[in-house]
Amino acid sequence: MYDVVLVRYGEISLKGRNRSFFINTLIKRMQDSISHLEKRKIESHAGRLYVPVKNDGPQLIEALKKVFGIVSLSPAVRVKKDMESMSFACIKLAEKTIPDKDGIKFKVECRRSDKTFPLSSMEIGRDLGAAVLKNYNKLGVDLTKPHYSIGVEVRDEDAFIYAEKISGPTGLPIGVTGRGICLLSGGIDSPVALWLAAKRGIDVEGLYFHSYPFTSDKAKEKVDDLCRVLSKYCGRVRLHTVHFTEIQKAIKLNCDEDMIITIMRRFMFRIAEEVAKNRKALALVTGENVAQVASQTLESMNVINQVVDIPVLRPLVTMDKTEIIDKAHDIGTYGISIQPYEDCCTVFTPQNPKTKPNLQQCIEAEKNLDIESLVEEAVNKINTEVFYREK
Amino acid sequence: MMEEVYLDNCSTTKIDDDILKVYSEYQKEVFANPSSVHSLGVKAEKIMAKGKGILLDTLNVEREYDIIFGSGGTECNNLAILGTLNFYQKRGKKIVTTPIEHASVLERFKELKKQGYVVEYVNVDNKGLVDLDDLRQKVDQKTVLISIMAVNNEIGTVQPLRKIGSMVKEVNPKCVFHVDGVQGYGKIDINLNECNIDLFSISSHKFHGPKGVGALFVKEKVGLTPLLYGGGQQKGLRPGTENVPGCYAMAIAADKMYKNQKDYVDKIIQLKEKLKVGIKERVAKSIIVTPDNSAPHILNVAFENFKGEVLVRALEEVNIYVSTGSACSSKAKDSHVLKAINLPKQYRQGAIRFSLSYNTTDKEIEYTIEKTAQIVEDLQLFM
Repeated sequence: MYDVVLVRYGEISLKGRNRSFFINTLIKRMQDSISHLEKRKIESHAGRLYVPVKNDGPQLIEALKKVFGIVSLSPAVRVKKDMESMSFACIKLAEKTIPDKDGIKFKVECRRSDKTFPLSSMEIGRDLGAAVLKNYNKLGVDLTKPHYSIGVEVRDEDAFIYAEKISGPTGLPIGVTGRGICLLSGGIDSPVALWLAAKRGIDVEGLYFHSYPFTSDKAKEKVDDLCRVLSKYCGRVRLHTVHFTEIQKAIKLNCDEDMIITIMRRFMFRIAEEVAKNRKALALVTGENVAQVASQTLESMNVINQVVDIPVLRPLVTMDKTEIIDKAHDIGTYGISIQPYEDCCTVFTPQNPKTKPNLQQCIEAEKNLDIESLVEEAVNKINTEVFYREK
Repeated sequence: MMEEVYLDNCSTTKIDDDILKVYSEYQKEVFANPSSVHSLGVKAEKIMAKGKGILLDTLNVEREYDIIFGSGGTECNNLAILGTLNFYQKRGKKIVTTPIEHASVLERFKELKKQGYVVEYVNVDNKGLVDLDDLRQKVDQKTVLISIMAVNNEIGTVQPLRKIGSMVKEVNPKCVFHVDGVQGYGKIDINLNECNIDLFSISSHKFHGPKGVGALFVKEKVGLTPLLYGGGQQKGLRPGTENVPGCYAMAIAADKMYKNQKDYVDKIIQLKEKLKVGIKERVAKSIIVTPDNSAPHILNVAFENFKGEVLVRALEEVNIYVSTGSACSSKAKDSHVLKAINLPKQYRQGAIRFSLSYNTTDKEIEYTIEKTAQIVEDLQLFM
C-alpha cells in the first residue's frame, strides 16, 4: 500500500552553510543501513527524505529506525496534490489501518509546506476528514484525543498521506562530528555511553582492557556481543583490545593497595589517548557517572583526567543508575551487560579504595613504574577487530 | 611448549580411535531399527543384546542384573531415582543421599523435596567419606531409596559401598540402593552383588566411548516406572528407538577398559602419585584435597588464597586443560563438595581438579608439575 517512507531529520535542518554535508551523510548512513535490501535512490527535498518502499516495508522501517539523525519515520502513500487523489488515498488508508471502525474517533492532520496550494491546512484537513467520514459512517471525529490520526503533508512535489509516526533515535548521523575512542568494559554503563556519543554523530571506536588469565575470555566475548548490538546502530564498531595484565601486575606489585584503582584508570586513559592519536580520534568517551564508584568521585576524575590532554566526554555524567539501565534496555545491551563475568576493573579491587586521591599521591604511587614503556608495550600489542551490522 | 595436555577426563574423555571406528562402522552397517521384523532389524537387535552381554560381563553379573540403555549418566540417575520412587509409591516418602552427589542426583532430590518427599543428607567427613554412624541413624524402615555415588567427581573419594549396602539392607531389606557409578566404573573394583547395589548408572563418554549413551544396571526384581512413554522399547522402561551403534560402541569401550584394567589403573595411579608429590614439593601453599584412598584418576589440589578459575586459564595458555573442582561461574560460588568436607575457606576457591586417563603420559605430568608450580608462583603475588 505504501509508496515511500517519509523521513524527518529535525536538528540537521537547523544547520547553516554545511547543512548539505549533514544531509548527505545522513543519506549515506541510511543507504548503509538498508544495504541488505533491494537498492533504491533516496530523494531529498527541503526538510524531508523519501525512501521508496519495494515490497519490504517492515524490514525497511526496522533498519531505518536505528539510524542516528532520524527524528521520525512515516510509511506514506504518495499522491498528486489534488483533493480528489488525496481524498481517495485517505479513504484507502482508513480502510486498511482502522480495521474495526465502530465508535473509533479519528482526525486528519495536515501540514502544508506548499503555500501555493489553494486551501489552507485547516481546510484540507476538514475536507479530507469529511471524505473519510462519508465512506465510513461508523467512525467519529475527535480533534483533541483521537484514537487514530491520518497525517497529510502537502509539499512542493506531491502530497503524502500516512497513519503512523515512528520515532527514530534522533541526534546526528555518524561521522559528522569526527572520531572518538570509548573505554568499553562490558558493564552496563559504557555501552550506553558509546551509544549516546554515536548519537551525536561521533564515529566511536571501542577500547577494551583484557586481563587474561585474571578475567576469562567470556568477559571479552561479552564485549564482542555488545559491539554486535551497537553495530546495529553504528553500522560497524571497531574494537581495540588491550592486553592489560602486565600493567595490572606492575601496579599491584608497586603501588599501595588503596591507590590501585586510581592508578589503573590513569593507565587506561594514557593508553586511550595513544590509541586516539593513532586513530586520529578527537575525544575519549567513558561511561563514568559522578560518584557511582570510588574512581568516579570528582577528586578521582580530576587526578585521572590529568594524564591526558584530549577532551574526555562523559555522556552519562548526570544520569541516575536507573536512567542508565532504562537506556541500556532500550538499546538492547542490558541483557548482555549483566552476564556475570568479571572485567579488569574488578580483578584487583581493594577493600578500601581511596575515594579522594590527590595528584601528589598519584605521583608517589607511580614513582616505581616505568610508565612510558608500559604504555608503549600495551599499545603495541593492541588487537583490533571490526564488528559489522548483521544483515 | 607441549601441545594439548588434557587432564580433564572427569568432565569427559576423548573417544578412543578403535571405539570411534566401531561406532562409525556400526552407524553405517547396523542402521536398521531393532524393532523392525526384517533381517536387518533382527541383526540390530542382536547387536544390542551382544552389547548388553558385554556390559554385564564387565561386572560379572550376567544373570542377576539387566541393563537399560539411556542417554548418559544424568538420564540413568534420574531414571533410577524417580523410576524407583514412582514404582514403590506405597512404601513411603523417605529418601537418603549425601551432600556431595553429582547435580543430576542433588537437583533431582531437591525437586523431590518440593514434592513432599522427606530427604535426608548423610554427613560426610573431611575426606568426603560417608559417616556410617550418621547413615545408620538416617536409614530406617520407611526409607524407600538411598542414592550414593561410587566415586566423587570433584575430589575422588571412594565410598565404602560394601559397608553402606550391607548396613542399609540390614536395617531395611526393601530399601532400594542406587549407586551413581559414573566416575567409579572401570576405575575401582565394584561388586554389585556383594555391595547390595540394586541400581548402578554409568556413562560412556567417561571411559573413551561415544557421547550421548549411558546404561543403568538394574537388579532383577527391582521395579521401575519409566520417565518417558512411547513405543515400548527396552521393556517399556526406556522407550524410543535404540542408539544401536552408540550402545554397542560403549560396550566395546567398557570391554577394552576392563580387559586392560590392571595396566591402565596401575599406570594412572603411578602418574597421579608423581603429580601429587611434584606439586606438593614445588608449591608451598597448596594442599591435596583428594584423600589417600581415592579413585586412581582424580587429583584435586587447592592453592591458598587463589582463584582456581584463574589457574585454569593460565594453564590453558600453556596448553594444559584442567577444571576447577566444580563448574561454577566466576561469581565464585563455593563448591558444594568442598563446603561439605569443610575445606578451609582460604582454599575453597583455589581448587583445581586434574583428572587423568590411560592416555596421559609421564612427560605430560612432568610438564604439568613444572608449569603449575611456575604459574602459581607467578600469580600468587596478585591473588
